[in-house]
Amino acid sequence: MTGAIPETRVKSAMDATKIVLHGRKVVGGYAEGEALVTRDTISGWGGINPLTGTVIETRHELHGHSFKDKVLVFPGAKGSSGWSAAFHITRITGTAPKAFVFNEMTTKIALGAVVMRIPSVTDLDQDPLQLIRTGDWIAVDGDRGIVEIHRSGTSGHGPTSI
Amino acid sequence: MKLTDGEQAMLDGREGKAKQKAMDLLVRYGEALGAERFVDTTNVAGVPAYFSPVLLDYYKVAPDDAYDIIYSRFDLDSDEIVEVPRMMTNSCALQGGVDAEGWKTLGKDYELLRMSERSEAASAARGIRILKTCTPYLAGNVPARGEHCAWMESSAVVYCNSVLAARTNTEGRESTSAAMLTGKIPDWGFHREECRVATHHIKVDVEVSSVMDWGMLGYFVGAVVQERVPVLTGLISRHDLIRHKHFGAAAASSGGVEMYHLEGITPEASTLEQALGGRPPQTVCSYGTAERRRIYEELNSRASDPNVDFVMLGCPHAALEQLREITALLHGRRISTHCNLWVFTSRAIKAEADALGYTQIIRAAGGALLTDTCSSIAQAVPPGTKVAALDSAKQTHYLPAITGIQAWFGSTADCINAALSGRWTGALA
Repeated sequence: MTGAIPETRVKSAMDATKIVLHGRKVVGGYAEGEALVTRDTISGWGGINPLTGTVIETRHELHGHSFKDKVLVFPGAKGSSGWSAAFHITRITGTAPKAFVFNEMTTKIALGAVVMRIPSVTDLDQDPLQLIRTGDWIAVDGDRGIVEIHRSGTSGHGPTSI
Repeated sequence: MKLTDGEQAMLDGREGKAKQKAMDLLVRYGEALGAERFVDTTNVAGVPAYFSPVLLDYYKVAPDDAYDIIYSRFDLDSDEIVEVPRMMTNSCALQGGVDAEGWKTLGKDYELLRMSERSEAASAARGIRILKTCTPYLAGNVPARGEHCAWMESSAVVYCNSVLAARTNTEGRESTSAAMLTGKIPDWGFHREECRVATHHIKVDVEVSSVMDWGMLGYFVGAVVQERVPVLTGLISRHDLIRHKHFGAAAASSGGVEMYHLEGITPEASTLEQALGGRPPQTVCSYGTAERRRIYEELNSRASDPNVDFVMLGCPHAALEQLREITALLHGRRISTHCNLWVFTSRAIKAEADALGYTQIIRAAGGALLTDTCSSIAQAVPPGTKVAALDSAKQTHYLPAITGIQAWFGSTADCINAALSGRWTGALA
């Protein structure tokens, strides 16, 4: 799926504040969904349970939270080289996020995004971690490297509000 | 990406379907990274077509027929199933989820063992070395300085770059399986000179000489620098393979460290200036008494009950010298009847341990020397385990998260004491 994002596809677009970020394609395709934002890097193997789509790392900000069907907005990947395989399994078990928006490119996250086949964007012109809040409606156009933030005004301010 | 004629031939399918699918994945991966070309790799370490119940269920296939299907659909991310030929380059298989000999001790069933054996035999038939360890550099695979590798296993990657000065990124299952078939990996990150220089300078102001202290320092460094490259200066001593192994494994767990420099110690850091590539560091910070105490307390924040019922050693897989230390502490004694002791190593090191009588000493003391996996990878602890004692910051990072048990962190001697008495008495010296 390529091309412009049709406004009608974006939920509550009419009454939302829209912010557009421009970055670089990692994986193409289009997806939209609710943002799940964390300032902590995420471990794949040993950091998530790919069968349930939840973060299990003991001291992680998102510990116990599910990323299934969310637009995951995070600094990047850390930890085991099983990162791509763990997230690859979320595609198989149907617990994968809808898209990735992230800051720091690593081999783990590049390979993970490729095999998950979800739209992914990085190198954005503004810091998505500063601008996006958990609960914002996010449209990710992987091919054009565009991230649109639609804030309804009821969005939360972090994972504690999930 | 710019492809050579040979690479283009593989991508066009002129070298067969398997190489075509492998190149297709590698090109998608290279483009995602922003790489412009590939390097030739002569040393690949991964987990090719490793069978797991989830994958066999999902692809609805029996272990006897699964290799090509799992290699194609999962490892190469191909919707088409291709026949997997012999590997193109020097390749080895890392740790898995079950010990071929000690599977009953691990509480695994025969079906899982059979699954693992099928996948292993099929890999071996395609020319892949079956090392079954997270420490390939202890099991006969020691890359040369500057050699382009494609390795999985974060603790092995950081050792490969930092200590051996060979070149690898932290590759994943899919990229290593594709590299085995093509001998190619994206020219990105640690393959490139400019990415190997340090950006963060850590001054070590407190004496770091024991294995435990090296592990704690690594855990601190990973949390501070995340995936950046640190250079450490100061009071670091007694550097050896085991200390590097524990430092790197810890730094790759609390953060994503794939390469570090120790001034005057590691091969690409004769001087601080060389390690930094002649540029000033982005960040300078110190590790002193307060930071050391904080890291110790953080690693011990995952336990409250002093009654220890499980001691697990060998993360990353134990070197022979560590087995010698463990057997010296255990010799002629028996561990508590309330406690289990599992020590993990590679098949190669266990063969030596068998010959030296170490395996028997551990067994006579009531423990077990196991291979191929570890408690975190196998998701296996003895039945009823509530509280573990560990001498690895990496295992302490992962095991409580994966299994839900409590875990104490200390020295190898602290852990053996806990195994003998059933009580945790470790403290920061």
